[in-house]
Amino acid sequence: MKAFKNPALALLGLCLLGVALNFSVNAYIQLILLFAGVNCLLSMSLNLVNGYTGQFSLGHAGFMAIGAYFSAYASTRWSFAPSSLLVVQYFVFTLGAGLVAAVAGFLVGLPSLRLKGDYLAIVTLGFGEIIRVALLNMDFVGGPRGLSGIPGFGSFLWSFAFASLWIVICFFTIWRVMHSSHGRGFLSVREDEIAAEAMGINTTRMKVKAFVLSSFFAGVAGALFAHFTNFINPSSFTFLQSVNAVIMVVLGGMGSMTGSIVAAIIITVLPEALRPLQELTGVDLRMVIYSLSLVLMMILRPKGLFGDMELSDVWRKYVRRSA
Amino acid sequence: MQDFVQHLINGVSLGSIYALIALGYTMVYGILKMINFAHSDVYMVGAFAAYYFARWIGIENDPGLSTLLTLIVVSMICCSLLGLVIERLAYRPLRNSPKLNVLITAIGVSLFLEYSGQVVFGADPKVFPEVMKDFVIFSIGNVEVRSFDVTVLVVGLLAMLALQFLLFKTKIGRAMRAVSANPMVASLMGVNPDRIIAFTFVVGSSLAGVGSVLVGMKYPKIDPLMGMMIGLKAFVAAVLGGIGNVGGAVLGAMIMGLSEEMVVAYLSSTYRDALAFGILIVILIFKPAGLLGKYSVEKV
Amino acid sequence: MKNLFVALLLVLPLLSGCTKKENEIVIGEYDSLTGSDATFGLSTNKGVRLALDEINAAGGVKGKKISLVTLDDQGKNEEAASATTRLITQNNVVAILGGVASGRSKAAAPIAQSHGVPFVSPASTNPDVTKAGDYVFRVCFIDPFQGLVMAKFASENLKVKKAAILRDVKNDYSVGLADVFSAEFKKRGGEIVADLSYQAGDIDFKAQLTQIRSKNPDAIYIPGYYTEVGLIAQQARQLGLKVPLMGGDGWDSDKLYEIGKDAINGNYYSNHYTTESTDPAVTEFIKKFKAKYSETPDALAALGYDAAKILVAAIERAPDLSGKAIRDELAKTKDFPGVTGKISLNENRDAVKSAVVIQVDGNNRKFITTITP
Repeated sequence: MKAFKNPALALLGLCLLGVALNFSVNAYIQLILLFAGVNCLLSMSLNLVNGYTGQFSLGHAGFMAIGAYFSAYASTRWSFAPSSLLVVQYFVFTLGAGLVAAVAGFLVGLPSLRLKGDYLAIVTLGFGEIIRVALLNMDFVGGPRGLSGIPGFGSFLWSFAFASLWIVICFFTIWRVMHSSHGRGFLSVREDEIAAEAMGINTTRMKVKAFVLSSFFAGVAGALFAHFTNFINPSSFTFLQSVNAVIMVVLGGMGSMTGSIVAAIIITVLPEALRPLQELTGVDLRMVIYSLSLVLMMILRPKGLFGDMELSDVWRKYVRRSA
Repeated sequence: MQDFVQHLINGVSLGSIYALIALGYTMVYGILKMINFAHSDVYMVGAFAAYYFARWIGIENDPGLSTLLTLIVVSMICCSLLGLVIERLAYRPLRNSPKLNVLITAIGVSLFLEYSGQVVFGADPKVFPEVMKDFVIFSIGNVEVRSFDVTVLVVGLLAMLALQFLLFKTKIGRAMRAVSANPMVASLMGVNPDRIIAFTFVVGSSLAGVGSVLVGMKYPKIDPLMGMMIGLKAFVAAVLGGIGNVGGAVLGAMIMGLSEEMVVAYLSSTYRDALAFGILIVILIFKPAGLLGKYSVEKV
Repeated sequence: MKNLFVALLLVLPLLSGCTKKENEIVIGEYDSLTGSDATFGLSTNKGVRLALDEINAAGGVKGKKISLVTLDDQGKNEEAASATTRLITQNNVVAILGGVASGRSKAAAPIAQSHGVPFVSPASTNPDVTKAGDYVFRVCFIDPFQGLVMAKFASENLKVKKAAILRDVKNDYSVGLADVFSAEFKKRGGEIVADLSYQAGDIDFKAQLTQIRSKNPDAIYIPGYYTEVGLIAQQARQLGLKVPLMGGDGWDSDKLYEIGKDAINGNYYSNHYTTESTDPAVTEFIKKFKAKYSETPDALAALGYDAAKILVAAIERAPDLSGKAIRDELAKTKDFPGVTGKISLNENRDAVKSAVVIQVDGNNRKFITTITP
């Protein structure tokens, strides 16, 4: 039971925050927070591959799409739970979305993770595009029309609690994995593949494991995205979405879980926070500012916000010392 | 049979378009080992530079060889200046950073050019000036060989040969290869890596300039996002052929162009893009460094 | 310093909510002002602004001026959703004018519905859009109608027996029109000899066209946007395909002829109105549009103009500015003299109006025939 203490506390804290937000801010900010939650899942899961295992994936949007489509399709077609237990049903569908994405991750990862560096990036990019084009051409999921009328969770409170639940699961799963022998294996692959191999680690297997786990949570993120927007079509899962996920990982710091979370929140909030600028100037300069700050960030703070430290380390190192 | 020949011609002409842009990717990658995502947007800026220049001096309705050459030169100059600026401001400060940072910077520059292009040039498509008259060189039955297709192919091949010459027969080419092999040792031998890399960017970007005018001539519609798709395809072509290898870029581009064409002709037009990537994946799994790339086993 | 900047960014959106003035009626609009659909979004926006400027110059409605808040969706569904929510909760708009693409409308319309804010889409043609609820309206045709119009025109006026289709598979508008055209054309005894696709943003279509050529169709239906159709027409003519090309209102733009040049001449498309019309509503609109932006309006600009006019007319008639009152008046819109025809909104909140078939003739758009629903 002790193992569940921290996750349970975290979930409780987030739910209380949800209750507070439910009464204090308007629907617009609530929606942005939900998107931030989806992005947190995306960046944490990609961090496992890009940050901890050092493999460069550019196809995260593809797995997100698979999860989103699975959950959307399932929840518009099938229903097994009575209306009072709808939450259970959503949980099952989201879990299913993650599993389907994980299977896809396995199928993609097995052949492609033998490649290295830029080549891996290109192959994952290719798979992401293939998934998108395939979705465009599948009539039973609507092709370019997408799937509409996806049921949501009803209220902001439920949505937020649901997102929190998955964020907590994702965070603690990855955290625990990274502090187990598997995690050491992932890190060894990142630090020096040849040395890792010499120590008897099956590097390809390690990479595939990381990739599958990462795809699972990308699928979950996709499912949440589908339920939050109530509508999906293939144009939500383009190459740019994959790039966005990579940007969040690098911005937060490769191999920093809390960094990923902070970066995901910043990346979601920044474009919305810049909207008043558009109302003032009449032209939309958001992406111009976004791209410029990206370049500046890479030059001025190449290790991201936190490097490979966690928020707690940063706290200990800078804040407490100065006090 | 006639259709097959026509498809063949179409495929080669599409492939030569990809080749022009793929050469720029491969140049930069060969020396710096970085994917210059902004290359396709430099190409876009080149097209707009030619467009505005032609309107400015009033030759947009004056097709002829002189117009073509003027615009190519203008576009080359603008692109190489832009390439230099990007290299100096965005890439050079990151020379010793991890690969991922450089890549993200490249994506950042690419997004910056695309979106400021939409603000500066406007998002609506512009019509590229008519720089040459297209005519049929010869035809057999239904099948025609047109002057634009031949021009693009010839320019692409010439560019490839010129790059080969530059890399393997000149002093600066040797310096470039030295920097590619090991910048540290190269600088000990009296080569200034910064200057060589800047030069590489100038060469790569001016190729984008040539490409932009030729593509604009053949497909007279330019817009700020025109580089996105063609850049991705050209880049895939470069990887396919073995990125860093000049001949490989052209080979990869031809395979890419022909396979896209044949996919539409004999399989399914809806899966055109997916199959292009599918071919890439299959080739990379069996030949991890691309068709002509050298696969090097890492040694300790 | 950095922290201060971040804090400022977080506070900015909260501050900007407090801009509502007493003597103004605020209407919200979201559209793609950047991204790959920007050229269509900007056109719609021009139409909307022209309409509102006119209304304000004439004294506004209910003695108040109308102010427009336009937000960009970058062509992303989730941005459309957040922009709509922002318009409703931060800017307190009384009604929303939606964007072009049906996808974005499907993400945004349910939000407007759940907040009880009337939503008028200028150009989202997918039938499902207005199924979001009784607050969602549109002023354009739905996909089935334009597909029917061209199928009818092809088989009756052009006497086409074998048709080929070239659709933009990335675009639900194009796929919708193509599907309906295909079904209706077959029902009329025609044959679809080839059904191929491209993706918006492509520049080379010769593979598809060569394939179509080998099937010898009498006409080709290309329900895409002018951005690609100009190039398609050129390449078709280069391949010796001399059969007529047909399309939908996505063709309607000056740029079509500029890109396609002679190759596009003589081809047909369905549209909402003709520039040759002597209807004062149309001639006035074209004159004013040319004066303001020095270009001929395209179909999307006309639809944006009509959407804004219909919405404002409903606001004028409504007893108060509540969402319910405006919605009820919108639903009563009947025979509104718009640029794009006499517009009535039916029980599904879709526009009912006739379509015209236009022949491209240089920079002119020659009127061929009117087809009523």
